[in-house]
Amino acid sequence: MSAETAVESRTAGLTARFANWNVAIIAVTIIVLIVAAATVENFGTSQNFGFLVLDLLPIALVALPMTLVIVTGEIDLSVASTLGLCSAVMGSLWNSNQPIETIIPLCLLLGAVLGAVNGFFVTVLGLPSLAVTIGTLALYRGLAFVVLGDSAVADFPVQYTDWVTGNIAGTSIPNVLLIIVVLAIVFGVLLHATPIGRAVFAVGASEQAARFAGVRPGRLKFWLYVVSGLVSGLAGILWTLRYSSARADNGAGLELAVVAAVLLGGVSIFGGKGALPGVIAGVVLLASLQNALRLSDVSNEALNVVTGVLLIVSVLAPNLANAVRSSVQRRRHRTTNPL
Amino acid sequence: MSFRISRRLAVPLSTVAVASLALTACGGGTTKSNTANDAGSAPSSTSSAAADPNAPLKEGLKIAYLPKQLNNPYTDVEVGGGKVAVGELKGEYKLVGPNDASASSQVSYINTLIQQTQDVIVVAANDPNAVCPSLNQARKAGIKVVSFDSDASKNCRDAFINQATTQGIGESLVKMASELAGGSGEIAVLSATPNATNQNSWIEVMKTELKKPENAKLKLVKVAYGNDDDQKSFTEAQGLLQSFPNLKVIVSPTTVGIAAASRYISASNYKGKVAITGLGLPNQMRKFVKDGTVKKFALWNPADIGYLAAYAGAALKSGQITGAEGEKFKAGKLGEYTVGADGEIVLGPPTEFTAANIDKFDF
Repeated sequence: MSAETAVESRTAGLTARFANWNVAIIAVTIIVLIVAAATVENFGTSQNFGFLVLDLLPIALVALPMTLVIVTGEIDLSVASTLGLCSAVMGSLWNSNQPIETIIPLCLLLGAVLGAVNGFFVTVLGLPSLAVTIGTLALYRGLAFVVLGDSAVADFPVQYTDWVTGNIAGTSIPNVLLIIVVLAIVFGVLLHATPIGRAVFAVGASEQAARFAGVRPGRLKFWLYVVSGLVSGLAGILWTLRYSSARADNGAGLELAVVAAVLLGGVSIFGGKGALPGVIAGVVLLASLQNALRLSDVSNEALNVVTGVLLIVSVLAPNLANAVRSSVQRRRHRTTNPL
Repeated sequence: MSFRISRRLAVPLSTVAVASLALTACGGGTTKSNTANDAGSAPSSTSSAAADPNAPLKEGLKIAYLPKQLNNPYTDVEVGGGKVAVGELKGEYKLVGPNDASASSQVSYINTLIQQTQDVIVVAANDPNAVCPSLNQARKAGIKVVSFDSDASKNCRDAFINQATTQGIGESLVKMASELAGGSGEIAVLSATPNATNQNSWIEVMKTELKKPENAKLKLVKVAYGNDDDQKSFTEAQGLLQSFPNLKVIVSPTTVGIAAASRYISASNYKGKVAITGLGLPNQMRKFVKDGTVKKFALWNPADIGYLAAYAGAALKSGQITGAEGEKFKAGKLGEYTVGADGEIVLGPPTEFTAANIDKFDF
């Protein structure tokens, strides 16, 4: 058996085993949506749908590349700081009277460069991504305060801020939903239907084996960090326009919500397993639970507890299921083969 | 393989790059200077109907309070006053809010309140602009928006309940500092968050006051920020005393800051050497006044702010006032108020608390 088929069969096996959670989380999300629409007053309105989409926008965007990064067995905790730094730079450039049409591509480029810095440390210097991105989490946030200080920039052009908070003409579909859907399809196809996606799973399952199969894990990871930074930059731009407020502290703490949603979506924190539909369901589940509980006047404390419990369950459940399954298999193995 | 990977990954990258270039190409170049007139073009008052001072106050109004953050002792007193007033008005009182005082976390709460079709939202804005689009959405839905404590931009609320005039507070802070410093020496400010609208405007007034000849010998050495966080304020107070050995007075115009700084000074050998003053809650400051750490500080009655906000909201929703200058309305036990410029309603001058009078106040 060649190394490549070994990797492939292992990946296939893991994906199949994993499909259960993926289906489960999508089912749970649909059930929660139906129950909330039926029982929570005002949940099912088109206006609330718009609010919900705007609330989950940054998490949904950043979760897409984060899924790929985590599937390779790495992590990127600097995403929220990248968002904040891009927001701060956006505000500062706007203050210096640059046209917004130049600022937006520059901020996207900045995001990609910040991602490349992470990628450089992780792949070229071979440092652990957890340590690197905790470092850049602090560094980028610090730079954001250097750039914009404690001030806030608010007077962005109305046509841009209105576009971000507005709906597609004549419908109640938020404009930004288009961005989420397009990127979700791009990342979904990339992960599940291209050689890159197979390489991502292979690297996550076993970097050594993937290397034998001809994948260059370093290069792959480097580009994933670049994309993660780029999308975080985009999230920073949209965040700034949504709130009409460029600030250095924008998005603080968002990295935890993103990692949470990705894990809830069934991606293994150890790499190698996961599927994008599950992650999107995870994002929707977290956001709509929060929205529904808030509409039912549940206190913040209870809301935090619910979210926390969900996350612990999401990390525990697949592992517990695996442990139970393998112990059952072992017992069965023992009874059929007494030797 | 490796080449393929980078090339494939380059696809989304280049798509975004092309898209943004396209944006650049078709836009004529939108800069801050050529949109300056657009910013804040939202209507300053949604109501075109004239005020009817004799309109009856509506009963059963749903009045929701959205403070900067929950679980803050000062906020609790403010909204407590609101609850009393909503009771008197026979309305439905509701309190919601984030646990952190970040700029954007209030927006989802405003959205929720719109969904719940409240009649009045009483809000203390964490960022005057970040809450604007959703507050205006609320106003479009017929909700009256009253800001208190920390104002939202004036084009996205109907009225603003001001504790006292900014000028009055700034003057009173400098006056207390000057008395405690004996007319000369170094003073420092321990503020809340760097973006708090109210804090910053008081500090601006203080700076202007300090330029006056009678305050020439007072020197403001630093404005520190404790982020309205007890431990951060405690550390900042510590830092001020270490960096400025000749410091005579710390002025902390925030209840969290003044209490933390007093706690530090009362337990250190700076006690008796460095004075502390500012804006604080009598119940939190009582022991520091009794043990001599704090000689005097000031505040308005925060419960009255929440109380006044509910009456202003009810008057707006009932059509007694529209938020235009010169309109008058009655605010229960507080008596009659007049709307000032830009929809501002001033509660009154701050009260100074000393060992002699502090026991008369319980909040």
